[in-house]
Amino acid sequence: MTSIAATSPAVRRMPRSPIPGFPLALGFTLFWLGLIVLIPLAGVFFKAATLGPAEIWQIVSSERVLAALRLSFGTALLAAALNAVFGLLVAWVFVRYEFPGKRLFDAAIDLPFALPTAVAGIALTALYAGNGWIGSLLEPLGLKVAYTPLGIVVALTFIGLPFVVRTVEPVLRDAEKEFEEAAASLGATRLQTIWRVILPSILPSLLTGFTLAFARGVGEYGSVIFIAGNIPFVSEIAPLLIVIRLEEFNYAAATTVAAAMLVVSFVMLLAINVLQAWSNRHRNRHATAANKET
Amino acid sequence: MSNVNPVVIARTPLRSATTEPPWVRYLLTVLALAFLGAFLLLPLVSVFTEALRNGLGTYLKAITEPDALSAIKLTLIAAAIAVPANLVFGVAAAWAIAKFEFRGKTFLTTLIDLPFSVSPVVAGLIYVLMFGASGWARPLLDTVDIQIIFAVPGIVLATIFVTFPFIARELIPLMQQQGTDDEQAALSLGANGWQTFWYVTLPNVRWALLYGVLLCNARAMGEFGAVSVVSGHIRGKTNTMPLHVEILYNEYNFAASFAVASLLAGLALITLALKSFLEARHAGELARGQKH
Repeated sequence: MTSIAATSPAVRRMPRSPIPGFPLALGFTLFWLGLIVLIPLAGVFFKAATLGPAEIWQIVSSERVLAALRLSFGTALLAAALNAVFGLLVAWVFVRYEFPGKRLFDAAIDLPFALPTAVAGIALTALYAGNGWIGSLLEPLGLKVAYTPLGIVVALTFIGLPFVVRTVEPVLRDAEKEFEEAAASLGATRLQTIWRVILPSILPSLLTGFTLAFARGVGEYGSVIFIAGNIPFVSEIAPLLIVIRLEEFNYAAATTVAAAMLVVSFVMLLAINVLQAWSNRHRNRHATAANKET
Repeated sequence: MSNVNPVVIARTPLRSATTEPPWVRYLLTVLALAFLGAFLLLPLVSVFTEALRNGLGTYLKAITEPDALSAIKLTLIAAAIAVPANLVFGVAAAWAIAKFEFRGKTFLTTLIDLPFSVSPVVAGLIYVLMFGASGWARPLLDTVDIQIIFAVPGIVLATIFVTFPFIARELIPLMQQQGTDDEQAALSLGANGWQTFWYVTLPNVRWALLYGVLLCNARAMGEFGAVSVVSGHIRGKTNTMPLHVEILYNEYNFAASFAVASLLAGLALITLALKSFLEARHAGELARGQKH
């Protein structure tokens, strides 16, 4: 495995590939990427740069912006944590156990990817409102979900679930049973095996899924605004604040908040890449170890 | 497994070493399914029950009134432009990245994924900053006299942005796995570049391509945040289906709102059905472990 990986770039990096079309394909890719993504995104930073540090600081440090950013990051973090727990549970059950209706449920896991966010938003609001199916059960317990920050967590949990499940699932499926058998034969209890053998091997993928869900949650808009209640300082998320400033034609404020969010997205993207590389290395090492055994 | 001494199997419960006691399995399964039921299935069911709450007549009226029809039409137009645009881009990007070695390849792949980590609202904002009333690319536009923001081109642009990586990221890993052997064989047999692409590469990736188109289309038709920022919400003109859902909802016209939403939910169900069909039938011809 390692030897192939080590030699193949050298083999493929022949001075002249016989395959045609490289200049055209790469040229078009760069042109389109620049036109649609890079140049417009750069515009945000150019616009923010025209403001001057004092003005930027004044906008970012205003109570309302800080409250919105805190809320967006806090709820996204909580939802991603919930998803890490339940997503791991779901992935575990789907990989390890058999039960009726498995294929149907498996397809349903991707629902948040396929269902438009606005539809998810109004459906969740209808469910969790005081007169909804779930809301009417929770309200007597003193738990208000819709139109509170808790509602935001519910919406972001819905949105983020498949990220964790779909990242952990393949790693869990690839995990070698031999390691578990070895652990068990050496006298480990099942719980020790799970904690000491299985969990460490899927941890990188779990963290990747967590970060993906978190990154998605921070920027999420459509599913949140219906259920949030959108009260400034309480349940107003950062993306909504951008929209509000934009509708007031306050481009400076909208751009500054957007630039702040973009910076965070870039950092997150970097983190995801590092985590994914780590996760792949982890997987390959396990694969090589298993190959050597056989 | 079959030729293991049966006495050993009977004595030492081999299976119990790598699985949990039955009650733990049942408990975990029930917990997981209850969670999925409450979080995924219940919202889906509620869309359809809310849509039909006031009867089939109201439902049909809500989805056939002129504003709804024009929203459906605009959604179809936006997807019909955005999906092919990303298709061409995805194929070109995958060709360059998977079939050739060059410096900065990893970085380029990351840049292609970038739109996934940008908030939809910011995706809309960047085009407003560019083409809006005081946008920095405005002088360019005035020479050709097109309106982009608060008009259809803006909606299409925002849709292209949010669905940008979908097809490329399905193709790149698969084409990397497949390598260039088939193409080199075709070329050595005398095929030219386009023939090689049409008759060798494209058939090799057709299911992954369809898979990407499917996901891209679902997102294109369902996009809300980015489109909402650039659309201006002009009824009957720049309203897509998700925006129409919002307007009706904010007017407390819940039945009509859920009626239009149920069409989008139906689209999601069709997408999921086709997606699992592709995963079941053509798993080998999709990129391994590429789900999202």
